[in-house]
Amino acid sequence: MTMRFRLFKNVIKQGFQGMWRNRGMGVASVSSISAVLMILGVVLILILSINELVLETQGKFDEIEIFLQDEVTDEQLTLIEDTIRGEEGILSVLYKSKDQALEEYKEQWAEQAYLLEGLESDNPLPNSYIIQLKDIDFAENVVKKIKYMDGVEKINYHKEIIDKLLLFANYIRIGGLVVMGALVAVSIFIISNTIKLTVAARKREIQIMKYVGATNGYIKGPFVIEGVLFGLIGALLSIVLVYYGYGYFFKSVGDNLYSMFTIILIEPKAILLDLSIIFIAIGTGIGSIGSLVSMKRFLNV
Amino acid sequence: MIKFVNVSKEYPNGVEALSNINLEIKKGEFVFLVGASGAGKSTLIKLLLKEEEATTGSIYLNDIDITRVRNRRIPRIRRNIGVVFQDFRLLHNKTVYENIAFAMEIIGTRPKEIRRRVPMVLSMVDLSRKASHFPDQLSGGEHQRVAIARAIVNNPPVLIADEPTGNLDPDTAWEIMKVLSDINAGGTTILMATHAKDIVNMMKKRVIVIEDGKMIRDDEKGGYDHEIQTI
Ligand SMILES: Nc1ncnc2c1ncn2[C@@H]1O[C@H](COP(=O)(O)OP(=O)(O)OP(=O)(O)O)[C@@H](O)[C@H]1O
Ligand SMILES: [Mg+2]
Repeated sequence: MTMRFRLFKNVIKQGFQGMWRNRGMGVASVSSISAVLMILGVVLILILSINELVLETQGKFDEIEIFLQDEVTDEQLTLIEDTIRGEEGILSVLYKSKDQALEEYKEQWAEQAYLLEGLESDNPLPNSYIIQLKDIDFAENVVKKIKYMDGVEKINYHKEIIDKLLLFANYIRIGGLVVMGALVAVSIFIISNTIKLTVAARKREIQIMKYVGATNGYIKGPFVIEGVLFGLIGALLSIVLVYYGYGYFFKSVGDNLYSMFTIILIEPKAILLDLSIIFIAIGTGIGSIGSLVSMKRFLNV
Repeated sequence: MIKFVNVSKEYPNGVEALSNINLEIKKGEFVFLVGASGAGKSTLIKLLLKEEEATTGSIYLNDIDITRVRNRRIPRIRRNIGVVFQDFRLLHNKTVYENIAFAMEIIGTRPKEIRRRVPMVLSMVDLSRKASHFPDQLSGGEHQRVAIARAIVNNPPVLIADEPTGNLDPDTAWEIMKVLSDINAGGTTILMATHAKDIVNMMKKRVIVIEDGKMIRDDEKGGYDHEIQTI
Protein backbone atom coordinates (compact mmCIF):
# COMPACT_ATOMS: atom_id res chain seq x y z
CA MET A 1 0.00 0.00 0.00
CA THR A 2 2.68 2.47 0.94
CA MET A 3 4.63 1.38 -2.11
CA ARG A 4 1.58 2.12 -4.23
CA PHE A 5 1.20 5.46 -2.55
CA ARG A 6 4.83 6.40 -3.25
CA LEU A 7 4.39 5.41 -6.89
CA PHE A 8 1.17 7.40 -7.06
CA LYS A 9 2.87 10.46 -5.60
CA ASN A 10 5.66 10.20 -8.17
CA VAL A 11 3.15 9.99 -10.98
CA ILE A 12 1.29 13.09 -9.80
CA LYS A 13 4.50 15.03 -9.36
CA GLN A 14 5.71 14.15 -12.85
CA GLY A 15 2.33 15.07 -14.29
CA PHE A 16 2.59 18.59 -12.87
CA GLN A 17 6.20 18.87 -14.01
CA GLY A 18 5.23 17.79 -17.51
CA MET A 19 2.51 20.39 -17.65
CA TRP A 20 4.88 23.10 -16.48
CA ARG A 21 7.65 22.16 -18.93
CA ASN A 22 5.12 22.02 -21.72
CA ARG A 23 3.32 25.22 -20.83
CA GLY A 24 4.00 26.89 -24.19
CA MET A 25 2.14 24.30 -26.21
CA GLY A 26 -0.18 23.88 -23.26
CA VAL A 27 -1.66 27.27 -24.11
CA ALA A 28 -2.82 25.78 -27.43
CA SER A 29 -4.42 22.82 -25.68
CA VAL A 30 -6.11 24.92 -23.06
CA SER A 31 -7.42 27.40 -25.64
CA SER A 32 -8.78 24.68 -27.87
CA ILE A 33 -10.54 23.01 -24.97
CA SER A 34 -11.88 26.38 -23.82
CA ALA A 35 -13.12 27.20 -27.29
CA VAL A 36 -14.95 23.89 -27.51
CA LEU A 37 -16.47 24.32 -24.10
CA MET A 38 -17.57 27.89 -24.76
CA ILE A 39 -19.37 26.85 -27.90
CA LEU A 40 -20.85 24.00 -25.92
CA GLY A 41 -21.92 26.57 -23.37
CA VAL A 42 -23.81 28.58 -25.96
CA VAL A 43 -25.45 25.44 -27.32
CA LEU A 44 -26.28 24.35 -23.80
CA ILE A 45 -27.88 27.65 -22.90
CA LEU A 46 -29.91 27.51 -26.08
CA ILE A 47 -31.07 23.98 -25.36
CA LEU A 48 -31.86 24.69 -21.73
CA SER A 49 -33.75 27.84 -22.62
CA ILE A 50 -35.77 26.02 -25.21
CA ASN A 51 -36.46 23.20 -22.78
CA GLU A 52 -37.69 25.76 -20.31
CA LEU A 53 -39.85 27.33 -22.98
CA VAL A 54 -41.28 23.97 -23.98
CA LEU A 55 -42.08 23.12 -20.38
CA GLU A 56 -43.69 26.47 -19.79
CA THR A 57 -45.69 26.26 -22.96
CA GLN A 58 -46.77 22.76 -22.17
CA GLY A 59 -47.99 23.95 -18.77
CA LYS A 60 -49.95 26.75 -20.35
CA PHE A 61 -51.40 24.78 -23.18
CA ASP A 62 -52.21 21.48 -21.63
CA GLU A 63 -55.92 22.12 -21.78
CA ILE A 64 -58.62 21.47 -24.29
CA GLU A 65 -61.55 23.77 -24.83
CA ILE A 66 -64.69 22.16 -26.13
CA PHE A 67 -67.22 24.64 -27.40
CA LEU A 68 -70.81 23.47 -27.28
CA GLN A 69 -73.64 24.18 -29.63
CA ASP A 70 -76.28 26.45 -28.14
CA GLU A 71 -78.99 23.93 -28.77
CA VAL A 72 -77.26 21.08 -26.94
CA THR A 73 -79.58 18.90 -24.86
CA ASP A 74 -79.01 17.84 -21.28
CA GLU A 75 -78.64 14.20 -22.32
CA GLN A 76 -75.99 15.13 -24.87
CA LEU A 77 -74.18 17.14 -22.20
CA THR A 78 -74.06 14.26 -19.74
CA LEU A 79 -72.92 11.94 -22.49
CA ILE A 80 -70.11 14.30 -23.48
CA GLU A 81 -69.00 14.85 -19.92
CA ASP A 82 -69.08 11.11 -19.11
CA THR A 83 -67.07 10.31 -22.21
CA ILE A 84 -64.44 12.85 -21.28
CA ARG A 85 -64.20 11.63 -17.71
CA GLY A 86 -63.80 8.09 -19.00
CA GLU A 87 -60.64 9.05 -20.89
CA GLU A 88 -57.08 8.68 -19.77
CA GLY A 89 -54.96 11.60 -18.59
CA ILE A 90 -57.79 13.87 -17.50
CA LEU A 91 -56.97 16.14 -14.58
CA SER A 92 -60.23 18.05 -14.34
CA VAL A 93 -63.31 18.87 -16.34
CA LEU A 94 -64.93 22.23 -15.85
CA TYR A 95 -68.17 23.41 -17.31
CA LYS A 96 -68.04 27.07 -18.30
CA SER A 97 -71.33 28.64 -19.14
CA LYS A 98 -71.52 31.45 -21.66
CA ASP A 99 -72.18 33.90 -18.84
CA GLN A 100 -69.00 32.85 -17.05
CA ALA A 101 -67.08 33.17 -20.29
CA LEU A 102 -68.30 36.70 -20.73
CA GLU A 103 -67.36 37.58 -17.16
CA GLU A 104 -63.84 36.31 -17.79
CA TYR A 105 -63.55 38.38 -20.90
CA LYS A 106 -64.66 41.44 -19.03
CA GLU A 107 -62.01 40.84 -16.40
CA GLN A 108 -59.33 40.34 -18.98
CA TRP A 109 -60.25 43.38 -20.99
CA ALA A 110 -60.56 45.49 -17.84
CA GLU A 111 -60.55 49.08 -19.15
CA GLN A 112 -62.04 48.20 -22.47
CA ALA A 113 -64.72 46.11 -20.76
CA TYR A 114 -67.37 48.67 -21.65
CA LEU A 115 -67.16 47.38 -25.20
CA LEU A 116 -68.68 44.16 -23.99
CA GLU A 117 -71.60 45.80 -22.27
CA GLY A 118 -74.95 44.95 -23.57
CA LEU A 119 -73.88 41.54 -24.73
CA GLU A 120 -75.45 39.83 -21.72
CA SER A 121 -78.84 39.73 -23.32
CA ASP A 122 -77.53 38.20 -26.54
CA ASN A 123 -74.29 36.50 -25.51
CA PRO A 124 -72.43 35.30 -28.62
CA LEU A 125 -69.98 33.22 -26.58
CA PRO A 126 -70.65 29.49 -26.45
CA ASN A 127 -70.94 27.27 -23.41
CA SER A 128 -67.85 25.13 -23.05
CA TYR A 129 -66.00 22.43 -21.24
CA ILE A 130 -62.45 23.23 -20.12
CA ILE A 131 -60.44 20.04 -19.75
CA GLN A 132 -57.15 20.08 -17.89
CA LEU A 133 -54.85 17.31 -19.03
CA LYS A 134 -52.01 15.70 -17.21
CA ASP A 135 -49.99 16.06 -20.39
CA ILE A 136 -50.62 17.50 -23.81
CA ASP A 137 -49.91 14.07 -25.29
CA PHE A 138 -53.30 12.85 -24.06
CA ALA A 139 -55.08 15.54 -26.03
CA GLU A 140 -55.32 13.73 -29.32
CA ASN A 141 -57.22 10.75 -27.95
CA VAL A 142 -59.75 12.87 -26.14
CA VAL A 143 -60.25 15.04 -29.18
CA LYS A 144 -60.76 12.05 -31.44
CA LYS A 145 -63.43 10.61 -29.14
CA ILE A 146 -65.60 13.67 -28.80
CA LYS A 147 -65.01 15.51 -32.02
CA TYR A 148 -68.09 14.15 -33.77
CA MET A 149 -70.37 13.78 -30.76
CA ASP A 150 -73.70 15.52 -30.99
CA GLY A 151 -73.70 18.94 -29.41
CA VAL A 152 -69.99 19.63 -29.92
CA GLU A 153 -69.43 22.71 -31.98
CA LYS A 154 -65.66 23.10 -32.06
CA ILE A 155 -62.57 21.97 -30.22
CA ASN A 156 -59.59 24.15 -29.45
CA TYR A 157 -56.24 22.78 -28.38
CA HIS A 158 -52.58 23.56 -28.93
CA LYS A 159 -51.01 20.28 -29.83
CA GLU A 160 -49.55 21.65 -33.02
CA ILE A 161 -47.75 24.53 -31.39
CA ILE A 162 -46.22 22.22 -28.87
CA ASP A 163 -45.24 19.72 -31.54
CA LYS A 164 -43.54 22.38 -33.59
CA LEU A 165 -41.73 23.62 -30.55
CA LEU A 166 -40.56 20.13 -29.67
CA LEU A 167 -39.37 19.55 -33.21
CA PHE A 168 -37.47 22.82 -33.13
CA ALA A 169 -35.91 21.92 -29.81
CA ASN A 170 -34.84 18.59 -31.25
CA TYR A 171 -33.18 20.22 -34.23
CA ILE A 172 -31.25 22.47 -31.90
CA ARG A 173 -30.20 19.51 -29.80
CA ILE A 174 -29.07 17.41 -32.74
CA GLY A 175 -27.32 20.32 -34.41
CA GLY A 176 -25.62 21.15 -31.14
CA LEU A 177 -24.47 17.57 -30.67
CA VAL A 178 -23.01 17.34 -34.18
CA VAL A 179 -21.11 20.59 -33.78
CA MET A 180 -19.92 19.46 -30.35
CA GLY A 181 -18.76 16.08 -31.61
CA ALA A 182 -16.66 17.68 -34.32
CA LEU A 183 -15.15 20.18 -31.89
CA VAL A 184 -14.37 17.54 -29.30
CA ALA A 185 -12.55 15.49 -31.96
CA VAL A 186 -10.54 18.54 -32.99
CA SER A 187 -9.47 19.33 -29.46
CA ILE A 188 -8.57 15.71 -28.71
CA PHE A 189 -6.33 15.92 -31.74
CA ILE A 190 -4.74 19.17 -30.57
CA ILE A 191 -4.16 18.00 -27.03
CA SER A 192 -2.77 14.66 -28.13
CA ASN A 193 -0.25 16.49 -30.28
CA THR A 194 0.73 18.67 -27.37
CA ILE A 195 1.30 15.71 -25.15
CA LYS A 196 3.27 13.96 -27.88
CA LEU A 197 5.79 16.73 -27.33
CA THR A 198 6.19 15.81 -23.68
CA VAL A 199 6.38 12.18 -24.62
CA ALA A 200 9.08 12.95 -27.16
CA ALA A 201 10.95 15.15 -24.71
CA ARG A 202 10.94 12.35 -22.18
CA LYS A 203 11.60 9.52 -24.63
CA ARG A 204 14.96 8.60 -23.13
CA GLU A 205 13.58 8.66 -19.66
CA ILE A 206 10.65 6.48 -20.68
CA GLN A 207 12.91 4.00 -22.42
CA ILE A 208 15.08 3.77 -19.34
CA MET A 209 12.04 3.42 -17.14
CA LYS A 210 10.96 0.48 -19.24
CA TYR A 211 14.31 -1.25 -18.99
CA VAL A 212 14.28 -0.91 -15.26
CA GLY A 213 10.81 -2.42 -15.09
CA ALA A 214 8.39 0.49 -14.66
CA THR A 215 4.80 -0.55 -15.31
CA ASN A 216 2.83 0.94 -18.16
CA GLY A 217 0.53 2.59 -15.68
CA TYR A 218 3.45 4.31 -14.03
CA ILE A 219 4.72 5.52 -17.38
CA LYS A 220 1.32 6.59 -18.70
CA GLY A 221 0.15 8.19 -15.48
CA PRO A 222 2.02 11.49 -15.68
CA PHE A 223 0.87 12.11 -19.25
CA VAL A 224 -2.73 11.42 -18.39
CA ILE A 225 -2.42 13.80 -15.48
CA GLU A 226 -0.86 16.41 -17.73
CA GLY A 227 -3.78 16.04 -20.12
CA VAL A 228 -6.33 16.18 -17.32
CA LEU A 229 -4.69 19.32 -15.94
CA PHE A 230 -4.88 21.02 -19.33
CA GLY A 231 -8.51 19.96 -19.56
CA LEU A 232 -9.26 21.24 -16.09
CA ILE A 233 -7.67 24.63 -16.71
CA GLY A 234 -9.58 24.91 -19.98
CA ALA A 235 -12.80 24.00 -18.19
CA LEU A 236 -12.34 26.51 -15.38
CA LEU A 237 -11.47 29.24 -17.85
CA SER A 238 -14.55 28.59 -19.93
CA ILE A 239 -16.83 28.28 -16.90
CA VAL A 240 -15.79 31.78 -15.85
CA LEU A 241 -16.08 33.19 -19.37
CA VAL A 242 -19.42 31.59 -20.19
CA TYR A 243 -20.98 32.33 -16.81
CA TYR A 244 -20.01 35.98 -16.70
CA GLY A 245 -20.40 36.48 -20.42
CA TYR A 246 -23.89 35.06 -20.38
CA GLY A 247 -24.72 36.88 -17.16
CA TYR A 248 -23.79 40.15 -18.84
CA PHE A 249 -25.82 39.31 -21.93
CA PHE A 250 -28.79 38.26 -19.84
CA LYS A 251 -28.70 41.45 -17.83
CA SER A 252 -28.34 43.80 -20.78
CA VAL A 253 -31.19 42.09 -22.59
CA GLY A 254 -33.31 42.44 -19.46
CA ASP A 255 -32.36 46.11 -19.03
CA ASN A 256 -33.30 46.89 -22.59
CA LEU A 257 -36.72 45.46 -21.89
CA TYR A 258 -36.70 42.92 -24.66
CA SER A 259 -38.83 41.16 -22.14
CA MET A 260 -39.84 38.57 -24.65
CA PHE A 261 -36.25 37.31 -24.58
CA THR A 262 -35.92 37.26 -20.84
CA ILE A 263 -38.97 35.09 -20.63
CA ILE A 264 -37.30 32.62 -22.96
CA LEU A 265 -33.72 32.88 -21.66
CA ILE A 266 -32.77 30.75 -18.71
CA GLU A 267 -31.34 32.52 -15.68
CA PRO A 268 -27.52 32.42 -15.41
CA LYS A 269 -27.58 31.25 -11.78
CA ALA A 270 -29.74 28.30 -12.70
CA ILE A 271 -27.09 26.87 -15.00
CA LEU A 272 -23.88 27.48 -13.02
CA LEU A 273 -23.78 24.08 -11.33
CA ASP A 274 -24.75 22.06 -14.40
CA LEU A 275 -22.38 24.09 -16.52
CA SER A 276 -19.49 23.47 -14.12
CA ILE A 277 -20.10 19.74 -13.88
CA ILE A 278 -20.48 19.30 -17.62
CA PHE A 279 -17.48 21.48 -18.48
CA ILE A 280 -15.16 19.82 -16.00
CA ALA A 281 -16.26 16.36 -17.07
CA ILE A 282 -15.81 17.09 -20.77
CA GLY A 283 -12.60 19.09 -20.29
CA THR A 284 -10.86 16.41 -18.26
CA GLY A 285 -12.31 13.74 -20.54
CA ILE A 286 -10.84 15.40 -23.62
CA GLY A 287 -7.55 15.83 -21.77
CA SER A 288 -7.20 12.23 -20.69
CA ILE A 289 -8.37 10.74 -23.97
CA GLY A 290 -6.03 13.09 -25.83
CA SER A 291 -3.05 11.95 -23.79
CA LEU A 292 -3.93 8.27 -24.12
CA VAL A 293 -4.26 8.69 -27.88
CA SER A 294 -0.84 10.33 -28.04
CA MET A 295 0.78 7.36 -26.33
CA LYS A 296 -1.12 4.54 -27.94
CA ARG A 297 1.49 3.53 -30.46
CA PHE A 298 4.55 4.08 -28.37
CA LEU A 299 3.42 2.08 -25.35
CA ASN A 300 3.51 -1.30 -27.02
CA VAL A 301 7.31 -1.40 -26.90
CA MET B 1 18.79 -19.38 -14.73
CA ILE B 2 18.54 -18.59 -18.47
CA LYS B 3 17.60 -21.17 -21.07
CA PHE B 4 16.91 -20.85 -24.79
CA VAL B 5 15.11 -23.79 -26.41
CA ASN B 6 14.90 -23.89 -30.19
CA VAL B 7 14.62 -20.12 -30.37
CA SER B 8 14.33 -18.41 -33.75
CA LYS B 9 13.68 -14.81 -34.55
CA GLU B 10 12.57 -13.46 -37.89
CA TYR B 11 12.05 -9.72 -38.11
CA PRO B 12 8.93 -8.52 -39.94
CA ASN B 13 11.12 -7.47 -42.89
CA GLY B 14 12.12 -11.13 -43.38
CA VAL B 15 15.62 -10.99 -41.83
CA GLU B 16 16.23 -14.22 -39.92
CA ALA B 17 18.30 -12.75 -37.09
CA LEU B 18 18.44 -15.91 -34.97
CA SER B 19 17.79 -19.51 -35.96
CA ASN B 20 17.30 -22.44 -33.66
CA ILE B 21 19.30 -21.22 -30.67
CA ASN B 22 19.71 -23.66 -27.76
CA LEU B 23 21.71 -22.59 -24.73
CA GLU B 24 21.68 -22.66 -21.00
CA ILE B 25 23.33 -20.24 -18.62
CA LYS B 26 23.57 -21.22 -14.97
CA LYS B 27 23.30 -18.98 -11.97
CA GLY B 28 26.50 -17.07 -11.28
CA GLU B 29 28.06 -17.66 -14.71
CA PHE B 30 29.88 -15.01 -16.72
CA VAL B 31 29.20 -15.49 -20.43
CA PHE B 32 30.54 -13.62 -23.43
CA LEU B 33 28.39 -13.41 -26.54
CA VAL B 34 30.57 -12.77 -29.57
CA GLY B 35 30.16 -12.67 -33.33
CA ALA B 36 30.50 -10.36 -36.28
CA SER B 37 28.38 -7.28 -36.68
CA GLY B 38 24.85 -8.29 -37.61
CA ALA B 39 25.30 -11.81 -36.25
CA GLY B 40 22.32 -11.48 -33.93
CA LYS B 41 23.80 -10.71 -30.52
CA SER B 42 21.62 -7.70 -29.78
CA THR B 43 18.61 -9.59 -31.05
CA LEU B 44 19.25 -12.36 -28.52
CA ILE B 45 19.46 -9.75 -25.76
CA LYS B 46 16.28 -8.04 -26.95
CA LEU B 47 14.44 -11.34 -26.72
CA LEU B 48 15.54 -11.71 -23.12
CA LEU B 49 14.35 -8.18 -22.36
CA LYS B 50 11.05 -8.81 -24.13
CA GLU B 51 11.79 -5.89 -26.40
CA GLU B 52 11.27 -8.28 -29.29
CA GLU B 53 9.21 -11.45 -29.42
CA ALA B 54 10.76 -14.77 -30.40
CA THR B 55 9.18 -16.17 -33.56
CA THR B 56 9.43 -19.75 -32.29
CA GLY B 57 10.86 -21.53 -29.28
CA SER B 58 10.88 -20.88 -25.55
CA ILE B 59 13.06 -18.70 -23.36
CA TYR B 60 13.19 -19.49 -19.66
CA LEU B 61 14.21 -17.03 -17.01
CA ASN B 62 14.14 -18.52 -13.52
CA ASP B 63 12.06 -21.39 -14.91
CA ILE B 64 9.41 -19.04 -16.28
CA ASP B 65 8.84 -19.21 -20.02
CA ILE B 66 8.99 -15.51 -20.81
CA THR B 67 7.77 -16.01 -24.38
CA ARG B 68 4.40 -16.87 -22.88
CA VAL B 69 4.23 -14.00 -20.43
CA ARG B 70 1.47 -11.48 -20.99
CA ASN B 71 2.31 -7.84 -21.71
CA ARG B 72 1.14 -6.71 -18.32
CA ARG B 73 3.74 -8.84 -16.61
CA ILE B 74 6.70 -7.70 -18.72
CA PRO B 75 7.76 -5.09 -16.12
CA ARG B 76 8.03 -7.89 -13.54
CA ILE B 77 10.30 -9.87 -15.87
CA ARG B 78 12.49 -6.84 -16.46
CA ARG B 79 12.98 -6.27 -12.76
CA ASN B 80 14.99 -9.50 -12.73
CA ILE B 81 17.41 -8.19 -15.33
CA GLY B 82 19.77 -5.25 -15.13
CA VAL B 83 20.82 -3.84 -18.51
CA VAL B 84 23.82 -1.83 -19.66
CA PHE B 85 24.21 -0.45 -23.17
CA GLN B 86 27.06 0.80 -25.28
CA ASP B 87 25.60 4.32 -25.23
CA PHE B 88 25.12 4.44 -21.42
CA ARG B 89 21.59 5.92 -21.59
CA LEU B 90 21.78 8.24 -18.61
CA LEU B 91 19.40 11.11 -17.93
CA HIS B 92 21.31 14.33 -18.45
CA ASN B 93 19.12 16.49 -16.25
CA LYS B 94 19.70 14.25 -13.24
CA THR B 95 22.82 13.89 -11.11
CA VAL B 96 24.69 10.61 -10.79
CA TYR B 97 22.91 9.96 -7.52
CA GLU B 98 19.50 10.81 -9.00
CA ASN B 99 20.08 8.66 -12.07
CA ILE B 100 20.56 5.67 -9.82
CA ALA B 101 17.86 6.55 -7.30
CA PHE B 102 15.45 6.94 -10.23
CA ALA B 103 15.63 3.19 -10.95
CA MET B 104 14.52 2.52 -7.39
CA GLU B 105 11.82 5.19 -7.32
CA ILE B 106 9.97 3.82 -10.31
CA ILE B 107 9.43 0.50 -8.61
CA GLY B 108 8.27 2.18 -5.43
CA THR B 109 11.24 1.60 -3.10
CA ARG B 110 11.10 3.27 0.31
CA PRO B 111 13.10 6.56 0.42
CA LYS B 112 15.01 5.26 3.41
CA GLU B 113 16.07 2.20 1.47
CA ILE B 114 17.05 4.37 -1.51
CA ARG B 115 19.26 6.54 0.70
CA ARG B 116 20.94 3.45 2.05
CA ARG B 117 21.38 1.55 -1.18
CA VAL B 118 22.52 4.24 -3.67
CA PRO B 119 25.75 5.14 -1.80
CA MET B 120 26.45 1.43 -1.55
CA VAL B 121 26.35 0.80 -5.30
CA LEU B 122 28.20 4.06 -5.92
CA SER B 123 31.09 2.79 -3.85
CA MET B 124 30.93 -0.57 -5.65
CA VAL B 125 31.60 1.20 -8.96
CA ASP B 126 34.03 3.57 -7.26
CA LEU B 127 32.05 6.76 -7.93
CA SER B 128 31.23 7.91 -4.42
CA ARG B 129 32.99 11.22 -4.99
CA LYS B 130 30.95 11.97 -8.12
CA ALA B 131 27.49 11.44 -6.66
CA SER B 132 26.38 15.03 -7.18
CA HIS B 133 27.89 15.45 -10.65
CA PHE B 134 25.82 15.60 -13.80
CA PRO B 135 26.58 13.10 -16.60
CA ASP B 136 28.07 15.83 -18.81
CA GLN B 137 30.79 16.31 -16.19
CA LEU B 138 31.85 12.65 -16.36
CA SER B 139 34.27 10.67 -18.52
CA GLY B 140 33.07 7.80 -20.73
CA GLY B 141 34.17 5.17 -18.24
CA GLU B 142 32.43 7.00 -15.44
CA HIS B 143 29.27 7.20 -17.55
CA GLN B 144 29.32 3.47 -17.95
CA ARG B 145 29.96 2.88 -14.28
CA VAL B 146 26.92 4.97 -13.43
CA ALA B 147 24.91 2.89 -15.90
CA ILE B 148 26.17 -0.29 -14.26
CA ALA B 149 25.34 1.04 -10.83
CA ARG B 150 21.82 1.82 -12.04
CA ALA B 151 21.51 -1.65 -13.56
CA ILE B 152 22.40 -3.43 -10.32
CA VAL B 153 20.84 -1.11 -7.77
CA ASN B 154 17.64 -3.15 -7.58
CA ASN B 155 19.67 -6.32 -7.06
CA PRO B 156 18.68 -8.18 -10.23
CA PRO B 157 19.93 -11.78 -10.41
CA VAL B 158 20.98 -11.23 -14.04
CA LEU B 159 23.01 -8.41 -15.58
CA ILE B 160 23.01 -8.05 -19.36
CA ALA B 161 25.51 -5.83 -21.12
CA ASP B 162 25.37 -5.10 -24.85
CA GLU B 163 28.85 -3.95 -25.87
CA PRO B 164 29.42 -2.05 -22.62
CA THR B 165 32.99 -1.20 -23.61
CA GLY B 166 32.19 -0.36 -27.22
CA ASN B 167 32.64 3.39 -26.76
CA LEU B 168 35.61 3.23 -24.38
CA ASP B 169 39.38 3.21 -24.78
CA PRO B 170 41.15 -0.03 -23.78
CA ASP B 171 42.23 1.11 -20.31
CA THR B 172 38.79 2.32 -19.43
CA ALA B 173 37.30 -0.84 -20.88
CA TRP B 174 39.38 -2.87 -18.45
CA GLU B 175 38.15 -0.71 -15.60
CA ILE B 176 34.61 -1.65 -16.57
CA MET B 177 35.51 -5.33 -16.84
CA LYS B 178 36.94 -5.16 -13.34
CA VAL B 179 33.63 -3.78 -12.07
CA LEU B 180 31.65 -6.45 -13.92
CA SER B 181 33.93 -9.19 -12.54
CA ASP B 182 33.34 -7.91 -9.03
CA ILE B 183 29.59 -7.92 -9.57
CA ASN B 184 29.80 -11.44 -10.97
CA ALA B 185 31.84 -12.49 -7.95
CA GLY B 186 28.97 -11.29 -5.81
CA GLY B 187 26.77 -13.97 -7.45
CA THR B 188 25.13 -12.02 -10.26
CA THR B 189 24.83 -13.89 -13.56
CA ILE B 190 26.32 -11.82 -16.40
CA LEU B 191 25.75 -12.03 -20.14
CA MET B 192 27.88 -9.65 -22.17
CA ALA B 193 27.81 -9.13 -25.93
CA THR B 194 31.10 -7.74 -27.23
CA HIS B 195 33.53 -7.27 -30.11
CA ALA B 196 36.51 -6.77 -27.79
CA LYS B 197 38.80 -9.70 -28.63
CA ASP B 198 41.50 -9.09 -26.06
CA ILE B 199 38.99 -8.76 -23.26
CA VAL B 200 37.39 -12.06 -24.18
CA ASN B 201 40.76 -13.74 -24.58
CA MET B 202 42.12 -12.48 -21.28
CA MET B 203 39.07 -13.09 -19.12
CA LYS B 204 38.95 -16.83 -19.78
CA LYS B 205 35.22 -17.06 -19.34
CA ARG B 206 32.59 -19.00 -21.22
CA VAL B 207 32.22 -17.79 -24.82
CA ILE B 208 29.22 -18.28 -27.07
CA VAL B 209 29.83 -17.49 -30.73
CA ILE B 210 27.01 -16.54 -33.07
CA GLU B 211 27.35 -16.33 -36.82
CA ASP B 212 24.53 -15.38 -39.14
CA GLY B 213 22.02 -16.06 -36.40
CA LYS B 214 23.34 -19.53 -35.60
CA MET B 215 25.22 -20.59 -32.51
CA ILE B 216 28.41 -22.05 -33.88
CA ARG B 217 30.45 -22.45 -30.72
CA ASP B 218 30.10 -22.63 -26.94
CA ASP B 219 33.42 -22.84 -25.09
CA GLU B 220 33.69 -23.22 -21.34
CA LYS B 221 36.88 -21.17 -20.98
CA GLY B 222 37.32 -19.97 -24.50
CA GLY B 223 38.89 -17.09 -26.28
CA TYR B 224 37.62 -14.92 -29.07
CA ASP B 225 39.92 -16.37 -31.72
CA HIS B 226 39.93 -19.88 -30.34
CA GLU B 227 38.63 -21.37 -33.55
CA ILE B 228 41.31 -19.77 -35.67
CA GLN B 229 44.01 -20.75 -33.19
CA THR B 230 43.07 -24.41 -33.27
CA ILE B 231 42.94 -24.73 -37.03
N1 LIG C 1 14.33 -4.08 -35.72
C1 LIG C 1 14.87 -4.78 -36.73
N2 LIG C 1 14.15 -4.98 -37.85
C2 LIG C 1 14.66 -5.69 -38.87
N3 LIG C 1 15.88 -6.24 -38.87
C3 LIG C 1 16.64 -6.09 -37.77
C4 LIG C 1 16.19 -5.35 -36.66
N4 LIG C 1 17.14 -5.35 -35.72
C5 LIG C 1 18.16 -6.07 -36.23
N5 LIG C 1 17.86 -6.51 -37.46
C6 LIG C 1 18.71 -7.36 -38.31
O1 LIG C 1 18.93 -8.56 -37.63
C7 LIG C 1 20.28 -8.98 -37.78
C8 LIG C 1 20.94 -9.13 -36.43
O2 LIG C 1 21.06 -7.84 -35.83
P1 LIG C 1 21.65 -7.62 -34.39
O3 LIG C 1 21.43 -6.20 -34.03
O4 LIG C 1 21.11 -8.65 -33.48
O5 LIG C 1 23.20 -7.88 -34.64
P2 LIG C 1 24.42 -7.73 -33.63
O6 LIG C 1 25.06 -9.05 -33.55
O7 LIG C 1 23.98 -7.11 -32.38
O8 LIG C 1 25.36 -6.73 -34.42
P3 LIG C 1 26.36 -5.61 -33.84
O9 LIG C 1 27.56 -6.35 -33.39
O10 LIG C 1 26.64 -4.74 -35.02
O11 LIG C 1 25.65 -4.89 -32.74
C9 LIG C 1 20.94 -7.94 -38.67
O12 LIG C 1 20.93 -8.42 -40.00
C10 LIG C 1 20.06 -6.74 -38.55
O13 LIG C 1 20.06 -5.98 -39.73
MG1 LIG D 1 24.37 -5.25 -31.38
